[in-house]
Amino acid sequence: MKKLLSLIVASVVMCAALFTGCGTAASESNAEAGGAGASDFIVGAIYINSQNDNAGYTYAHHQGIVKAMEALGLNTETNLKIRDNVPEDDEQVRTAIEQLAGQGCDIIFGISFGYINAFAEAAEEYPDIVFCHATGYLSNDRNFNNYFGRIYQARYLAGIAAGYKSLEIGNNNIGYVSAWGTEYAETCSGINAFALGARAVNPDAVVHVNEIYTWGDQELERQAAEVLVSTYGCGVIAQHCDSAQPQIVAQEQGVYGCGYNSDMASDAPDAHLTAPVWNWNVYYQLAIETAMNEASAADFFTNIGGNYYGGLNEGMVDISPLTDNNAPEAAEAIELARNLMVSGEWDVFSGTALVFSGEAGSVTVEQVSQALMDNEGNIIVDGGQGSVDDSVIQGSMNYYVDGVVAES
Amino acid sequence: MIEVLTLFLFNIVIYSIPLLYATCGEIIVEKSGSLNLGVEGTMAVGAVFGFLAGCRADSLPVALLVSFAASALVGAIFCIFTISLQANQNVTGLTITTIGVAVYFFVGNGLGANWPVYRDCTRLVAGVSDLNIPLLSKIPVIGKAFFSHNILVYLAVIIAVLVWVYFEKTSFGLRLRAIGENPGAADSLGVNIVLYKYLHIMAGSGIMGIGGLYMGLNMGGTFEGSNCWINGYGWIAIALVIFANWSTMHAILGTFVFGFFNTLRIYNMPLATTFPKTMGWLSSVPAQVFSALPFIVTLLVLVISSIKSRKSGRSNAPTAIGVNYYREDR
Repeated sequence: MKKLLSLIVASVVMCAALFTGCGTAASESNAEAGGAGASDFIVGAIYINSQNDNAGYTYAHHQGIVKAMEALGLNTETNLKIRDNVPEDDEQVRTAIEQLAGQGCDIIFGISFGYINAFAEAAEEYPDIVFCHATGYLSNDRNFNNYFGRIYQARYLAGIAAGYKSLEIGNNNIGYVSAWGTEYAETCSGINAFALGARAVNPDAVVHVNEIYTWGDQELERQAAEVLVSTYGCGVIAQHCDSAQPQIVAQEQGVYGCGYNSDMASDAPDAHLTAPVWNWNVYYQLAIETAMNEASAADFFTNIGGNYYGGLNEGMVDISPLTDNNAPEAAEAIELARNLMVSGEWDVFSGTALVFSGEAGSVTVEQVSQALMDNEGNIIVDGGQGSVDDSVIQGSMNYYVDGVVAES
Repeated sequence: MIEVLTLFLFNIVIYSIPLLYATCGEIIVEKSGSLNLGVEGTMAVGAVFGFLAGCRADSLPVALLVSFAASALVGAIFCIFTISLQANQNVTGLTITTIGVAVYFFVGNGLGANWPVYRDCTRLVAGVSDLNIPLLSKIPVIGKAFFSHNILVYLAVIIAVLVWVYFEKTSFGLRLRAIGENPGAADSLGVNIVLYKYLHIMAGSGIMGIGGLYMGLNMGGTFEGSNCWINGYGWIAIALVIFANWSTMHAILGTFVFGFFNTLRIYNMPLATTFPKTMGWLSSVPAQVFSALPFIVTLLVLVISSIKSRKSGRSNAPTAIGVNYYREDR
């Protein structure tokens, strides 16, 4: 009896830890549309989840690759080889790469961070194949690069929308449900950019961040958003988590919200302002086209211009269409900020702040030299100095900017 | 100020209820001598079918019936494999978890149909709106926290009490417990073991399904995101059965304890800032501690109860749990 019980407990605790940590997804459907290209260029992709997912990270990448191939006239049924559900384990990634190489792939994409070492090794082993690794930091100067996007630029734009809304409703408290905080540059830079955008419009705005320390628990995402409304009186709820729960809560509570990853207006029609979104197809099209048109895989790194960090300029990131819930000034101000970033004249994490003023129809933007401060009073960038976007790309950003308050 | 405390308690209840359904269901299953590790999958199936049917019909009773029936069907599959075909219970249960969650994804986001929008199902939404119990809900703090919930919250507590009465006070419950303790002896007394096991495992699974439905309704049912609504709560329920020492009355308390710690993950800061003198220390506790604590407590309870049962010679755990009953072995 005791043996049995200990077995039960051990398996339950293990399973609970396993399953709550990383929810698994396996879903069906969604047929690939095939292009009609006659090219014999073969694209390979290694996914952390399944190509059949209907939402989430793998889904976004798969859609990007399919869209890019269709645009280039490649048949996605015959010319796209996929290894689904490959865990972040060097041995398994290596096997997946070998299989794709055996199927004649000319370019192989790996979408998950933990594929990094296997990709770096494979790039040396297969010099005739182009390797592209998302969210990583390794590359060689021939057939291997890494790619990611400046989603923080889109976050800044969403922050502007939130800032104007906070002015309109006369509530300076803005909430932000985040899976993680300063532990990861990805979440931390998103929060910072959003806060800078909101405060460029409303200098008195405070961004209350509620971390839930996990990806994917919808109940926690929901409760975190509720706390932001009930305890901190937030009038706008932004998010960096998997589900639309924070937006649904905003809808229920009669406040406003900014989603993430996809246009969440249908989840919260009366609440949603706009959501930062990814357009992965922009990079995939560029990478496949570059690889298709070159004589040797060794030229790839040079031809594509090294490692890739596309932003608003390249169309790699953007915000979903502004809904009617937005304050009247938001669209104009966002357009002004977007133009400054697209032209490369200005970037978010610099010693120059944007200040917006004026009524709808005559919104103006002014560039002001202003030090970038963290929320403990330390100077990150001196006034007038250049952007520290490197710290986002290299993953070293680990502070909150002034105006952000961690509430968990 | 008091508001934070009320909301904290209110949310503990919200969090505990799906666990209470699942735990009660699993206790019924385990009392019959079967160990069903498929709680997660059973809940997922009940959740997705009950939710969609409820939205289509715009009716809470339909949602309840369909989620119960769908999960009972999953329970029947478990019975066919473990009772009729004598398959290993642990493996069958794990398989049911995998398949159940896969069915959830297939039906929920996989079919890609235009599922009804929960918000627009006015009668269903009204069906699960919060009810104020007269008089009791007027009590400060506690009234709003415990007596102002939707009907499914009260239903869970009623089920927990009824199941306890059934086991302790009726002859059917007594026979079922006998099967869980010693199926050979029960068989020799003329108890129809196969029928009893089938019926109770199906009923227990159906109750788990209502727990899943509750989660879907509580979260406004969107199928976005790559995680299932249930997201591991089924596993916590299996731990809770042990924590509750196979008593549904204890399960009411046990789920509240689990809910308490998990809700603290979100409410530690609000509580710490509202009551800095008494609860200020909460702000320095890492959130991971709160999520680990219930499991540590479970282990402690297990150790204590096994020491106690060694001394007294009895435990509430069904003796024959996890062992398939094969008549010819008798």
